[in-house]
Amino acid sequence: MNDMQPNDVAPNCTEQRIRLYDGSERRIFLCDEEVPYPDGKLIVSSTDTEGVITHCNDSFVDMSGYSEAELIGQPHSILRHPDIPKAAFADMWNTVQGGEKWAGYIKNLRKDGRYYWVYATVVPNKRAGVIKGFTSVRRKPSRDRVNEAQALYVEMKKAEVNS
Amino acid sequence: MKLKLTVSPDFPPEKLAGWHIFNTWLQRQTGLASHFDVYESYEELHSAIDAETVDLIYANAYDSANLVRDKGFIPLARPAQQADEVVIATSIENSAEKIEDLTPGINIATTADPDVRTIGMIMLEPANIDSANSQLQSYGSYPLVAKSLMKKDSQAGFFLADAYDRLSKLIQSQLRPLVRSHIQLISHSFLLSPRAIAHKDTLQELLENMAEKENGPRVLDDLDSKGWRIPDQEEVEFMIDLMSTLVSD
Ligand SMILES: Cc1cc2nc3c(=O)[nH]c(=O)nc-3n(C[C@H](O)[C@H](O)[C@H](O)COP(=O)(O)O)c2cc1C
Repeated sequence: MNDMQPNDVAPNCTEQRIRLYDGSERRIFLCDEEVPYPDGKLIVSSTDTEGVITHCNDSFVDMSGYSEAELIGQPHSILRHPDIPKAAFADMWNTVQGGEKWAGYIKNLRKDGRYYWVYATVVPNKRAGVIKGFTSVRRKPSRDRVNEAQALYVEMKKAEVNS
Repeated sequence: MKLKLTVSPDFPPEKLAGWHIFNTWLQRQTGLASHFDVYESYEELHSAIDAETVDLIYANAYDSANLVRDKGFIPLARPAQQADEVVIATSIENSAEKIEDLTPGINIATTADPDVRTIGMIMLEPANIDSANSQLQSYGSYPLVAKSLMKKDSQAGFFLADAYDRLSKLIQSQLRPLVRSHIQLISHSFLLSPRAIAHKDTLQELLENMAEKENGPRVLDDLDSKGWRIPDQEEVEFMIDLMSTLVSD
């Protein structure tokens, strides 16, 4: 996946390299500024069975900071924020590949290095009994629930580093 | 064969007149005998479907999910322009100016429409309000939902956005909208039972070109509709997947 570009990001970002599930590395820039979730909207995207983005709605494009063309065909980890522990995504993938619905609180990384929190629900797109891909629908989360999730993820990340 | 037509039981009585007129129009256009039945509740509708006494239904997204996935109903047409969006409003005398100002324990006024309830409850989540810590009261029409807010019997009201916009200026001046959804993907659909598949092409042609048919524009007006378009199967499947992410189970 393409590295994030210094020219695209907000001032005062810090640079990091993260390792993705497929073993590849990506340079990212992080800025400690949250972008508020847009009221009344759902952020929707679909992927193929491998997690490559095949469709996204206008709210998704707006909130990610990327253009639609920059998103389609990219792995969904283009939004991966390093504060979310690996175990959260592993749980999500296990659940949806098993044909079930998964939901949880996710912090996403924008093209400009800022972030946004969502409550995401992911479902398999079953057609005639076969999983053809996945769809995720995000909505505005409760701040209290985000704070709880954040505290949990901090603990999970510590355990990740120590293991 | 007699074509049995119905609508999801969330339509308020004043809207049913339009559907009776539509039924008559359909008979004239197709030469088919058709009959419009109204079911009072979801239980009644579902037993009618099980007894195979529904051929054509204008169903909300929630019902469409069950009918397409479990009963093999076929998507025929969707509204050409309108999607079902929701407004949450409170009384102007309530101090809340945004959703997060509402607090658990409130009374919520709504109608029987399950899509409106689902979207409404989701938009209350940022205020930590859920079905366990609030009381949902169902009313027979949206003006009654408004009235409940004005009488302070409830602190939040769920409205189909079109219905909110049709409230009188006087009533609207007593209400404060706190949020309006922009989902754009959820709507009612015409669905055909697999038993009536022989009529699919005729019905689709009629619905798609309704504005050009004799009396079509007038009947569309009576239904508050701007016309219909033919979706592909995947579009409806996608709406159903989307609904499944919104309902709690
Ligand atoms: C439908 C769908 C939507 C997803 N949405 C996101 C998302 O918004 N943000 C995110 O970081 N990962 C999302 N993922 C998970 C990513 O595919 C990926 O697993 C995750 O970013 C972690 O990266 P990694 O698997 O390379 O470690 C989504 C996956 C699917 C199937």
